[in-house]
Amino acid sequence: MTISLRPPARAPRAGRPAGGLGRQVLGMAFVTPYVLFLVAVFAYPLGFAVYMSFHDYFFTAPGAVVDRPFVGLANYTAVLSDPAVRQSFGNIVVLLVINVPLTVALSLLLATALNAAIRFRTFFRAGYYLPYVTASVAVVGVWRFLFNSGGLVNSALGPLAPDPTWLVNEHLAMPTIALFVTWKGLGFYILLYLAALQNIPKELYESASVDGAGRWRAFWSVTVPGVRPATVLVVLLATVTGANLFTEPYLLTGGGGPDGASASPVLLMYQRGIEQGNPDVASAIGVILVCGVLLIAFVQRRLLEKR
Amino acid sequence: MAVNTTRPASSRTASVGDARPRKETGGSRSRAAVRYGVLLIGAFVFLFPFYYMLIGSLQAEPDSSPSGAFPAPGNLTVANYSEIDRAIDLVQSLINSGIFTGGVILCTVVFGLLAGYALAQLEFRGRGVLFNTMLLVQVVPFQLLTVPLYVLIVRDYGLADNHLGMILPYAINSTAVFIFRQYFLQLPRELFDAARIDGAGELTILVRVAVPLVKPALLTAVLLTFIGPWNEFLWPFLITKQADMQPLAVSLANYMSNVAARAANPYGAILAGACVLAAPAVALFLIFQRRFVSSNLGSSVKG
Repeated sequence: MTISLRPPARAPRAGRPAGGLGRQVLGMAFVTPYVLFLVAVFAYPLGFAVYMSFHDYFFTAPGAVVDRPFVGLANYTAVLSDPAVRQSFGNIVVLLVINVPLTVALSLLLATALNAAIRFRTFFRAGYYLPYVTASVAVVGVWRFLFNSGGLVNSALGPLAPDPTWLVNEHLAMPTIALFVTWKGLGFYILLYLAALQNIPKELYESASVDGAGRWRAFWSVTVPGVRPATVLVVLLATVTGANLFTEPYLLTGGGGPDGASASPVLLMYQRGIEQGNPDVASAIGVILVCGVLLIAFVQRRLLEKR
Repeated sequence: MAVNTTRPASSRTASVGDARPRKETGGSRSRAAVRYGVLLIGAFVFLFPFYYMLIGSLQAEPDSSPSGAFPAPGNLTVANYSEIDRAIDLVQSLINSGIFTGGVILCTVVFGLLAGYALAQLEFRGRGVLFNTMLLVQVVPFQLLTVPLYVLIVRDYGLADNHLGMILPYAINSTAVFIFRQYFLQLPRELFDAARIDGAGELTILVRVAVPLVKPALLTAVLLTFIGPWNEFLWPFLITKQADMQPLAVSLANYMSNVAARAANPYGAILAGACVLAAPAVALFLIFQRRFVSSNLGSSVKG
């Protein structure tokens, strides 16, 4: 216990005795389970997904040896010429166009207000974080109750209530899901922004105020550039999370309804791959989705970091 | 508690607010009003659905009129809880959720601590590669891997309707490994060198010296790890067909999409199930919310 009272000063890295062969072996031994896990659960399945997408792959009994011919891009052309798949990618674009800007704006707004507020900070932070730690399945239940045709939202709106109601309306189903996704994840992004806001030196605000900048001006000239790394991260994570949407269309709109208007690529991967037994087609959807997301993320990063 | 790595950030939090020039002018008071107004609207939007979930789960007759948002003494019942319990066997579902989550936490703590310690304090070939891979893993969407993992785990290994198959893809949470590494890095090296000179083996040092010093990290990592499997729907949904193997998130979702329409008060039963599913995560978070401070998450993403 006496040791534990020492200050956590970090020792200089240079000049310490090099680890012997024993330590080298031990280090490898310590990480072996984790390495095996990464290979078994990430690297191998990733390669396997790409392999499947280029072959005529189907489910067989365990151990059965069957021919799985290489089919080139056939799965990809099948997927891209499927109107349902194309619609699902379009739906995801709608989701991202609503969800990402809304997430950035609202989480920065609330984080800024929270950062300046002193009283009840803990309460607010906990409140905002609650949806993030709660299972989608649980909160989907209450959203269905709130947004059904005779639900509280519609009875509060009265004559302004949309008909057909939110989740069964082909124009509103996807935006409603986008709102749900924003609401569910916002607490996490608020925490990211809070951490970033605390790293902005307050001298910057002081000199901005000396220069005669008002609050609004200081927000745009000091806060927004100051949290840019966090913004890059928030945009990236919101895009990746949004693109992997599954639970919401499956449960909130009963399997991507109405008529595929809220289907997502991952939902189609499930339907095509596992329900209908075409894992090769599903893998092709997955590969296209990941490439698309990486492309969008790359463009976003370039745009955000350039300024 | 000796190496208090989370405190500096939270004390800085307070000082940022306090240090700001605070003049009691009309302008600053109205700004504060706007600020608290925004925060309150936010809190209402975030918390109302939770309140409504609880109220709805206690209503004998679903009342979705605005007055239904307030508890009506004549309309209160716990029948919805027994209804959902009859339909999906809450206890068995909770046990399955518990085994799934417990297994993941156990593997993450044991293997994650080993890996995090090695990444921070031991030198071995491939350390840099492994560290970069760990970061890369966090951006690979799990959904792409679901189909190949389904083929491997269900078809090849025959682990459908099996807790092991459920746990395997989640076994070691990479974010937790990352947090362990960050905390182990902050420990002074002399400490370890001294223990080594005293003849302690690395495993002894890890268990006796290092782990007691990073207890806050342990709690944070366990909480973070808990949310994943407890709330996860897609993977356990794919690999469990038998109702008695399904975690609560899956059995409740199946009830929602298949059975609910036939129940007397489907919304009440769904919301009752939702409350049971949400309660452990919400309770754990509220109890340990100090461990969820931004600095922890910040450090895990800043690298």
